[in-house]
Amino acid sequence: MVGSAQKGPAPTARPTLVSLRHITKRFPGVLANDQVDFEVRPGEVHALLGENGAGKTTLMNILYGLYRPDAGEIWVKGKKVEIRSPRDAITLGVGMVHQHFKLVLPHTVAENVALGLKGTPFFAPARAVAQRIRELSERYGLPVDPERRVWELSAGEQQRVEILKALIRGAEVLILDEPTSVLTPQEAQELFKVLLRMKEEGHGIIFISHKLDEVLSVADRITVMRRGKVVGTVSARETSKEELARMMVGREVVFRLTKAACKPGEEALLVQDLYARNDRGLLALKGVSFGICRGEILGIAGIAGNGQRELVEVLTGLRRAERGKVLLLGRDVTNRSPRFLSDLGCAHVPEERIRMGIVPGLSVEENLILKKHHRPPFCRWLFLEPRAIRAFAQRAVEEYAIMTPSLRTPAKLLSGGNIQRLILARELSGRPAVVVAAHPTYGLDVGATEQIRQLLLRQREEGAAVLLVSEDLEEIMELSDRIAVMFRGEIMGIVPAGEATLEELGLMMAGEKRVGAKG
Amino acid sequence: MRRLGPFLLEPRLSPPRSVVFGVSILAVVVALLAAAPVFLGYGLSPWQAYAKIGRGIFGSWPSFSEVLRRATPLILCGVGLTLAFRAQFWNIGAEGQLLAGAVAATGVALFLPVPEGLRLPLMFLFGFLAGAIWGLIPAFLRVKLGVNDVISTLMMNYVMGYIVEWLVHGPWKGPTMRGFAYTDAFPLSARLSYLPGTRVHWLTLFLGVVLAAAVAFLLARTRLGYEIRVVGQNPDAGRYAGINFAVVLSLVMIISGGLAGLAGVGEVAGIHWRLRSPAQVSMNYGYTAIIVAWLARGSPVASIFTALLFGLIFAAGDYMKTTLGLPFQITGVFNGLMLFFLIGFDILMFWRVRIAQREKVWTSQIGS
Repeated sequence: MVGSAQKGPAPTARPTLVSLRHITKRFPGVLANDQVDFEVRPGEVHALLGENGAGKTTLMNILYGLYRPDAGEIWVKGKKVEIRSPRDAITLGVGMVHQHFKLVLPHTVAENVALGLKGTPFFAPARAVAQRIRELSERYGLPVDPERRVWELSAGEQQRVEILKALIRGAEVLILDEPTSVLTPQEAQELFKVLLRMKEEGHGIIFISHKLDEVLSVADRITVMRRGKVVGTVSARETSKEELARMMVGREVVFRLTKAACKPGEEALLVQDLYARNDRGLLALKGVSFGICRGEILGIAGIAGNGQRELVEVLTGLRRAERGKVLLLGRDVTNRSPRFLSDLGCAHVPEERIRMGIVPGLSVEENLILKKHHRPPFCRWLFLEPRAIRAFAQRAVEEYAIMTPSLRTPAKLLSGGNIQRLILARELSGRPAVVVAAHPTYGLDVGATEQIRQLLLRQREEGAAVLLVSEDLEEIMELSDRIAVMFRGEIMGIVPAGEATLEELGLMMAGEKRVGAKG
Repeated sequence: MRRLGPFLLEPRLSPPRSVVFGVSILAVVVALLAAAPVFLGYGLSPWQAYAKIGRGIFGSWPSFSEVLRRATPLILCGVGLTLAFRAQFWNIGAEGQLLAGAVAATGVALFLPVPEGLRLPLMFLFGFLAGAIWGLIPAFLRVKLGVNDVISTLMMNYVMGYIVEWLVHGPWKGPTMRGFAYTDAFPLSARLSYLPGTRVHWLTLFLGVVLAAAVAFLLARTRLGYEIRVVGQNPDAGRYAGINFAVVLSLVMIISGGLAGLAGVGEVAGIHWRLRSPAQVSMNYGYTAIIVAWLARGSPVASIFTALLFGLIFAAGDYMKTTLGLPFQITGVFNGLMLFFLIGFDILMFWRVRIAQREKVWTSQIGS
């Protein structure tokens, strides 16, 4: 399988557009890229697959001129080149669509495309490019109105603008970094059609992803990276999900979690007609209602920014509800403090684990008692109880397999997976009645993801009501008993997980379908 | 890793203690070297000047005791500031809080009819409270209105400075002082006793050392200390953990301001025996304490030693004035240079610097 890259058509027939040879890049303490070879030919989608931290983005940043390699060569269309900056990359015909778009929100589409574009007139540059935009969007099936302002566009439309920006600059090779992470399933399908058009026009596409299914459906060739090295390059037609996963992780991966049948108990969390505003003062929750029983997982699906964050914050006491009620174990807890809710048994696995979930400079053991530090056995009267803290931390580290040099190591030195295990160890201790988990596996490797999903399932079996917010639809479908879809601050419907289809969820996520019964 | 000319900079996530200590010493030494031209400007050899100062101060117990006398208010203020800095509250207001303590102590000493034996304890108590209140006001402004703490604490210094000026020129001006801007002298029961043969008011010094240990214990082993460290390092995590920022900050500023207030009590009850113009009561101890706390890297116990260092600089300033004929303001030059190099050298703590191997140097390459 490693050799299949060489088995392709002869180089003279289809010369490579870009070829990276023996690229090595070292960061303090890590070898981000170790002798990496990668190439893309005209008319192919070459996927770069790997877990977070495998070195995919580093490699692409080298190709796009954001980093310089410590060693290795870059060849573009048969010539050895040096790419010192994105400007060099663009001149050589390499374009990149970053995971986080680089657009000026108050400006129009045409103004964004014209920004920094060579050959645009000094006056009214946007008008000059508008025609070009229309031509290109016609040709590639990228419908977008040049006069619209970018902030009015959906994430999918903004992505089209980014692609147009690259095309109008003459990109022959287009790098797409995790392009589907902001899209609904339908929007992703649209994107794949565009990629097909671009292939036909002779472009080469580098598709960075860690999602196996989409890579299999869109790519021609797949190169798998692990820990900075290329594990191998395979043809999409000749490989399988299992093989790719094994290459990514380095061992067999179980795809189906064993999940006991749902035995819902009493209602632990009830939300009634909840209204709340976001940080900009706009209504982010508009009449949200649902309930979760003990022993049940309710998944909240939706594209980021449709009120999920605000919902989690209201439920955990971090944001005020303007209207509506939250009942925890039958008790009205609307707008009570985070400490009150936590003491009552509401655990919170926060979305931004490093920004909110830990105190980076404090030790592992001190981080493990956060939220519980004010109560026995960790605190008696006003004094901390180091022995109780140490004993608890020792147990937690063993039980949750937190890899740390010592209990006194600052939490910031742990890896992402271990930080998340630390947070779960803390939040799940003391048998919480409700677990609010926001994006619990975001950015974690396959192994840690698997483990954290098991932990959530165990909570469910032990009788906790779990609210799972995630953008990963597969995760939602795999773990949840019921799935609620949020769109623009409303719940579009709640469906039993067994009956939900990706298509239906996608339509609900896009706001195009509502499923009758609420609550 | 970053490249800067011929140097390679490698980030250090948590610098070991030895590096912190070494870098701090280096900053102090470089500051002393950088101050050398000042001596040259006065026609003195810096080396001889430093040697002379060293001999003068360490030569006898009475002259060395001046270091302790000067360090006393610095310890109290510095310890209080380490606490505020650990909570990420930039208390620049120790000067005003110290003066508030001095004012309260003077009020008790001169105007409060209390039994003689209770007078000093009450002066310390009211001094602490006055400093605490003066520190609480900016904390309150920050919590309720989001007023920047650097600005508000700094401005509060000027307000208290003018209050003191007004008191000593106006209502509290001593009738027996023949027109000088002083209050009357304190009664004997309101004066602190000295270590024999010195002007070290030992009770305040003792308080400073004990309270430094107490604050260290508070930070490490109490619930409040834990919450201070959480809030200081990650306010979002503090909110998430249900820690009430307003309560924590208020307690921090009560202690921080209160300790500075105690320093003010010590100065009027131990040195001056009266309230006089702010520049004479305090000699910028409250500002110097900022450097004391910074150099101590937020450790209350370490501030005892950094306070001694700055006590030494003050004592050296006195010595230079009397023996070498230099202006006392030279201490300001020293203090400024030290703070400058301490902050500047932080880069050495958080980045390991190495010389890049020649063949690997690219021209003007700074990547990250």
